Formats: sequence, structure tokens, C-alpha cells
Amino acid sequence: MLKILFFGQLKEVVKTECLEIELIQSGKQVNTVAMLRSVLQAKGDIWNECLAYGKALVAVNQEMTSDDSVLNDADEIAFFPPVTGG
Amino acid sequence: MSHFTQISVQSEDFDFAHEYQKLRDSNNSDGALVAFVGLVRDMNLQKSVSGLFLEHYPAMTEKVLYNIVQSAKAKWQLGSVSLIHRVGQLKVSDQIVFVGVTSQHRQSAYHANEFIMDYLKTQAPFWKKETTSDGDNWIEAKTSDLEKSKDWS
Repeated sequence: MLKILFFGQLKEVVKTECLEIELIQSGKQVNTVAMLRSVLQAKGDIWNECLAYGKALVAVNQEMTSDDSVLNDADEIAFFPPVTGG
Repeated sequence: MSHFTQISVQSEDFDFAHEYQKLRDSNNSDGALVAFVGLVRDMNLQKSVSGLFLEHYPAMTEKVLYNIVQSAKAKWQLGSVSLIHRVGQLKVSDQIVFVGVTSQHRQSAYHANEFIMDYLKTQAPFWKKETTSDGDNWIEAKTSDLEKSKDWS
């Protein structure tokens, strides 16, 4: 299982805070962030738009990373808009 | 009396005098102390702001702040470092963030303080949502902040 979290405006737009998906989707292993992104984008127009590359930042196991990052079972992946603290 | 590093993400307010005193009390060898406080302002893009909600990614926030402080320590000779960031509902003029650093000389303290804020603004998982006269809206990240943090690398 992969645990996926959403934050900020992204969380509100996709109306989802957290979801879990199997590592194997349609017989294929979701082994990179880029693959996970496309699996999620297939969930609908809104998902497709706000998870587009460059729009949502990604962290794997609480570390900011990029789309070529490799995923393993039980990883926690978070998608969020550019940060605005401070 | 010894140098310390303090990192806190909290909903409660902080007391500037108390945080300042802790930094001062941590040693007698540092001749410089630079402290920065970020506040909620009442205007943003010409809209009147009445409050601010700060969301964060709890499991990640403290890790990132710790890494930013470690990077600052690797770059400059610092004594004590204190970093406090608030989350949750805030009002106009409330304190949001405190960054305090001590060093033997002022230059390291000034630079390290600014470095910590610049990285926090682009790396730490916080998101601000404003309550304005036109309703609530999420604040968009500024390109200028991103450019600023790149200046240090």
C-alpha cells in the first residue's frame, strides 16, 4: 500500500486529505512518483489539472523530492502547492 | 549555561523577551544576537485581511526546520539557534515566526538569520489561507522568495 496525503489548496480542490492505493495498479507496479502522479491524474479532470507536473510539489516519506523518485511499499507520499510559511 | 538549538511548531503565541533572554543566557562568548519576528499584516494585494490560517504537514515540518538550521550551522559559526513557527488560526498583528541566532560576531548572526528565513519560506511545508473582505483565499507562493533562497546556493 502507498499512503498519499494532500495539503493546502490542493487538498480542498480534490476534496481529499488522505488516500491509500495498492502498489500494483492494473497489473503494473507504481514504482516512481511520476507513475503515481499519472494514476492519480486519471481520477478525473480536477485531479488531472491540479496534479500536473510543476503545479504540485511532492514529498516522499517527508522529504521533498522529484518525479523520478522511486517508490516502495508503505511509503508516505504528499502532494502540495508551493509553500507559503514564514 | 551552554549553547542550544530549539525548534518548535506550535499554536500558542511566544514571548519575545523570554526567547531573547534564553538566547542571551545560553553563553557569555557570543557578542552578537540577531532576532527576527514575522507578523500577520492587515493588507495583501490591496485586500483587507482580518486573519490568517496556517496549515502544515506535521510529520515533515520539524524535520525540514531542523535541516535548515543544520545547514545554517554548517555555513556559519553559530552559538544558539531558536526557531519557532506558529500554526492554526491567527489574527492581524499576531506573531507568526521567531528566528533568533547568536554568534561571536554580528555578520554570521545577520546572515544566518536571513538564510534560515529565506529557506523556511521555500522549503518548510506551511500554507497560509487569508480571511479577507472578499472571502477566504490561499496565498500564492512568490517567485521573489524562490529567487532569494537561490541566492544562498
